[in-house]
Amino acid sequence: MAKHETPLLDQLESGPWPSFVSDMKQEAEARAKNVNNVEYQIPSDVIEDLLGVLELSYKDGETHWKHGGIVGVFGYGGGVIGRYCDQPENFPGVAHFHTMRVNQPSGHFYTTEYLKQLCDLWEFRGSGLTNMHGSTGDIIFLGTFTPQLEEIFYEMTHKYDQDLGGSGSNLRTPSDCIGAARCEYACYDTQDLCTHLTLEYQDELHRPAFPYKFKFKFDGCPNCCVASIARADMSFIGTWKDDIQIDQEAVKGYVNGEFPPNGGAHAGRDWGAFDIQKEVVDRCPTQCMRYENGKLEINNRECTRCMHCINVMPRALRPGKQTGCSILVGAKAPILDGAQMSSLLLPFVEVNKENDYQEIKDVIESIWDWWMEEGKNRERLGELMKRQGFQKLLEVTGIDPIPQHVQEPRHNPYIFWKEEEVPGGFDRDIHEFRKHHQR
Amino acid sequence: MALDYEESKQKIIEGLQKKSKTKSKFYFNDLAKILDAKPREAKKIVTQMINEGILEFWSSGSTSMYGLKGTGKQAGAEHENE
Repeated sequence: MAKHETPLLDQLESGPWPSFVSDMKQEAEARAKNVNNVEYQIPSDVIEDLLGVLELSYKDGETHWKHGGIVGVFGYGGGVIGRYCDQPENFPGVAHFHTMRVNQPSGHFYTTEYLKQLCDLWEFRGSGLTNMHGSTGDIIFLGTFTPQLEEIFYEMTHKYDQDLGGSGSNLRTPSDCIGAARCEYACYDTQDLCTHLTLEYQDELHRPAFPYKFKFKFDGCPNCCVASIARADMSFIGTWKDDIQIDQEAVKGYVNGEFPPNGGAHAGRDWGAFDIQKEVVDRCPTQCMRYENGKLEINNRECTRCMHCINVMPRALRPGKQTGCSILVGAKAPILDGAQMSSLLLPFVEVNKENDYQEIKDVIESIWDWWMEEGKNRERLGELMKRQGFQKLLEVTGIDPIPQHVQEPRHNPYIFWKEEEVPGGFDRDIHEFRKHHQR
Repeated sequence: MALDYEESKQKIIEGLQKKSKTKSKFYFNDLAKILDAKPREAKKIVTQMINEGILEFWSSGSTSMYGLKGTGKQAGAEHENE
C-alpha cells in the first residue's frame, strides 16, 4: 500500500507511453524492499513523499517547491540546485530535494562500470532518481539532503575522478557530439576540444561571475547532433574548406539501387526507387548540384554545407579534406525576445591541438570580456549582440567584417564604415567634389 | 593595478550592509560596481571573500547571486540562525 494516495498521478500511467510515474513507483518499491541492504543516508521513502507532494501540487494547482538557495559544495558556485519543499511536515522525505549536476564525460562515453558506481553512490546518498541526461547534457542526480552534498562530492572527485557540472551564472557544462570516435562525418575532434576547454575554464565553470548562463556546444559536422546552433551561446560546428569528395562509381551504385539511401534509415517503408534528381539535386538549398550523363557535379563555391546530399549518399559523398570548424554565437531559448539561432562569427577556424587551441581561446576570452563588462544582469550574449549590434561584437573580437556576416545585402546592412576607416574621413571639400559631379 | 584585498573587502561589506534593509542578495555586477573594478579583478576579491566565508552564493538554478553569509530568508528557512 502506497504511503500517499495518488489518483491524479495514477491517471498519467494510463496513456500509451512509458510514464515517469511508473518509474518512480518502481524505484519506491525497490527502496522499500532494499534487497542489497543499502544503508540509505536520506529517508528511504523519499520517492513516496515525492509522489505525494506532486499529487498535492496537482490538486492545489500550485507548486510546493521553494525557489533557490544552496548552490553547491564549498568553493563552488554551481553544480547543485537547491530545492526545498514547503510542506516538510507532511512530506519529510523531500524536505530537501537538491539536484546535483554531474559533468558528463565528453560525448557521453562511459563504461557500464562507471555508470553503476554513480548509480550506487546516488542510491546510497540520494533518492536514486537520475536524469540521463539533462538538456545541457549533464548527468543529473535528483533529490538529496544538504548534509550529503559534501560527501557525494568527495566520493565523486576522489573515487571516480568526476566533477560537478555548471549551473547558475556560470559557464555551463560544455557538451559535444560523439564526434570522431564513432562518426565518419566529424570534421574535428569534438571530444578533445570539449574536454580541453572544460579543463581550461574551470574557474568560469565553478565560480559564477557572468551576467547569466553561458553555453559551449561542439558539433563535429553541420548535422549538429547536439543542436549547438540553436542552444549554445557559442557553437563550434565542424566544416570543411575544400570540395566535397565524390566517388562517382558509388553515386551510380545509389542510382542503380545497389545501396539504400540514407544508410537505410528510411527502410521501414517502401518509398519506391531512388531518384537522385528529386531526392538529392532538387533538394539542394543553393541548387549547386547537377546529375547529367551519369555524373554528379557540385559547384562547391555555392555549397552552404547543409549536409543533405552527404546524408543521403554517405558512401558516395564525404566532407572535404581540409577540415576545421565554424564559430557561431548568440543562440538562446525563448525567455526574452523569442528564441534566437547563433550568428556566424568565423566561417572557418583550424582546430589546432598543437597550440592548445589558442586561436579559439582568444575569441572566447575577448567575447567574455565584453559580455562581463557590458552585459546587463540576466542578459544572454545573444541579447547583448542584439542590443549593441553585431558590429560591436566584431570590434571587440578584432574580426573584420566579411560577406558571410551579412544575411541579405542591401536589406539590413548592419556593418557600417567608421570615419577613420574612410580615406579622408567623412568631411570632404565640396569644391573638389563639384569638379567631377554636377549639382 | 591589482586591488588591495583588505580595502576592497571593507568596501563590499559596507556596500552590502548599507542596502541590507531592502536587499540581501546581489548580482556579481553590483559587487564589481561597488569596487569600481573590471569584472575579472573583482572576481578575484569576491572569490577570496567566498573562500573566507564572508560572502555566500545563492542560486535559483539559473541565476547566481551573492550575499553576506547568513543574511536573507533562506538562512532562516534552513534554521541556520537558531
